[in-house]
Amino acid sequence: MIRTRGLTKDFAVGRNETVHAVRGITLDVEPGELVAVLGPNGGGKTTTLRMLTTLLAPTSGTAQVAGHDVVTHPERVRAAIGYVGQGSGAGTYQQVRDELVMQGRVHGMDRRAAGRRADELLEALDLAPQARRKVESLSGGQRRRLDVAIGLVQAPPLLFLDEPSTGLDPHNRANLWEHVLRMRADAAAAGRPMTIVLTTHYLDEADTMAERVVVVDHGQVIADDTADALKSDLAGDRVLLRAVSPGQVPALAALAERAHGTRSVSVDDAGTDVVTVRSADGARAVPELVRAADAAGLVLAGVQVVRPTLDDVFLALTGRSLRETAIDAGAPESSTESSTETTEKEVA
Amino acid sequence: MSHATTTITPPATAAPTTTAVAGPPATRFGRDTGLVLVRELRPVVRDPFSLVFGLVQPLFFLALFGPLLVGSLGGTDVLGGDVWLWFVPAILVMTTLFGTSGTGANLQIEITSGSHERMLVTPMSRSAMLVGRALKEVVPVAAQGLVVVLVMLPFGMRPNPVGVLLTLGQLAVLGVGVGAFSYALALAVRQQEWMFWAVQQTVLFPLMLLSGMLLPLETGPAWMRAVSYADPLRYVVDAARELFAGDLASATVWRGWLAAVLTAAAGLAVGVRAMRRSVG
Ligand SMILES: Nc1ncnc2c1ncn2[C@@H]1O[C@H](COP(=O)(O)OP(=O)(O)OP(=O)(O)O)[C@@H](O)[C@H]1O
Ligand SMILES: [Mg+2]
Repeated sequence: MIRTRGLTKDFAVGRNETVHAVRGITLDVEPGELVAVLGPNGGGKTTTLRMLTTLLAPTSGTAQVAGHDVVTHPERVRAAIGYVGQGSGAGTYQQVRDELVMQGRVHGMDRRAAGRRADELLEALDLAPQARRKVESLSGGQRRRLDVAIGLVQAPPLLFLDEPSTGLDPHNRANLWEHVLRMRADAAAAGRPMTIVLTTHYLDEADTMAERVVVVDHGQVIADDTADALKSDLAGDRVLLRAVSPGQVPALAALAERAHGTRSVSVDDAGTDVVTVRSADGARAVPELVRAADAAGLVLAGVQVVRPTLDDVFLALTGRSLRETAIDAGAPESSTESSTETTEKEVA
Repeated sequence: MSHATTTITPPATAAPTTTAVAGPPATRFGRDTGLVLVRELRPVVRDPFSLVFGLVQPLFFLALFGPLLVGSLGGTDVLGGDVWLWFVPAILVMTTLFGTSGTGANLQIEITSGSHERMLVTPMSRSAMLVGRALKEVVPVAAQGLVVVLVMLPFGMRPNPVGVLLTLGQLAVLGVGVGAFSYALALAVRQQEWMFWAVQQTVLFPLMLLSGMLLPLETGPAWMRAVSYADPLRYVVDAARELFAGDLASATVWRGWLAAVLTAAAGLAVGVRAMRRSVG
């Protein structure tokens, strides 16, 4: 569905400054895949999507999208894709329903089919009460839902979504994904697999939604696999061992170093009573660690296994945290994430 | 407009070819032009009052400049017999010019917000995106022109009715051209938005003053009269004055039509080119 080879994009800014926004992206996406592209602000996600959607001419490299070259046959690419950009696609002075109908008409539907499709989407994305409102009067989240609805009108075989859920409340985010996934399932059932490429800053979203996660940083793909594989290969579980007193920490750390499956051991600051162990399989490491501690006469006050998040993956890859670099309006995701990903095991 | 926009060439990027996917290109173009036109007209029709703001400036010229004109040149024969039949047609051209030369700002809003980008990722004909928008200018031009004429009737202006209609027709053609140039300008300066109004103002005023719109060129220096022949508006202004006076098919009127049609053709050509290259 998508095949890029060494795609790059340079922007000239100012007189003699060049931004290398994308530096050689080679990517293959099969029909029916759901791929999340993850990366910090300025990583090159939008620029890549804009090249794949024929909005930007690549500086070098090639890209085939839906079977057509983006440079030589852009019009064929456009007929096959849907695109929800990072900006707002709906015209400020237009009415909500008109914009949906317009999009259907542009994709070749007749007036009636376009009207029916518009009403369907208004219903599905909770926008029916706003159908006759001017776009400029919508709230941020309503407007974003309209943008996504516009991208879904023609039920394209390939859909690009650039931060579709930014600014949506949790209910509407869930609702949005439910609808997108239902559409994709319906298409698959009808023998027309639907490919989706999305970018997001909500790490939990990439984690739960996507079957494949592509991490982009500084215009390059730095990791590309399933979320689970990325997490266990690149990050691993974190086992937190709490000692009864700071004095036992060095002995506990030494013991953890020798344990099976341990990748690294760290003690955050002096004076803490917690030893952090990075382990290939945390659940399995715990019993061994507890036994070893017992045998050495060390007393554990508590043990906690933290499953890695995609943020840990990014941290392991780049030494930076996405949370710090990608400051996002939607702070809530960090709290959901840490609470769902954390499993507590108290040891008596 | 024509002078400025030709000097600003959009960055050379791979120009997309225009083979339409659904149906032959000509059908696609016609259909898409209609879709764009209707989309552009909707906000205007739903909120006709918005057109009134475009009339503020021309009406001030009528109210506050017209009397000065009458006072200083009314008794002479420089303006012909009736000052209003000399000045009101020019005000119609001014209204057209002010309204249509700024219309690129609407496209600028769409470029900034992302809704233009959304259209660009559809198979819609690029030419239709420009032509549909430019054709929309006909409606505000005709509506605003009509209002100006109606406002002047109680003040004793008695133009030839057919002449008024023909003038509005000629101005509609001119408006399509100026509008197209304005969109081309918006596309050309999309990386530096502030440039839009800077260029628009820089081009607008010389064109306006050199057309003999506000004061007769006959009293000006020879160089000015010479330069004025290069201003397409001059021909349209002259034609409108003759049309209002009831001279419906004089050589001056035909020159007006020619100037309007050429402006429209040039504007559409430049605009379509800019739209096709608006990738990047
Ligand atoms: N039109 C442009 N002109 C100049 N530089 C640009 C342009 N568009 C993007 N860039 C630069 O290219 C780099 C990549 O930007 P891009 O928008 O692709 O990032 P992103 O991964 O989508 O980030 P975000 O998460 O903030 O949306 C950035 O450094 C950006 O400043
Ligand atoms: Mg982006």
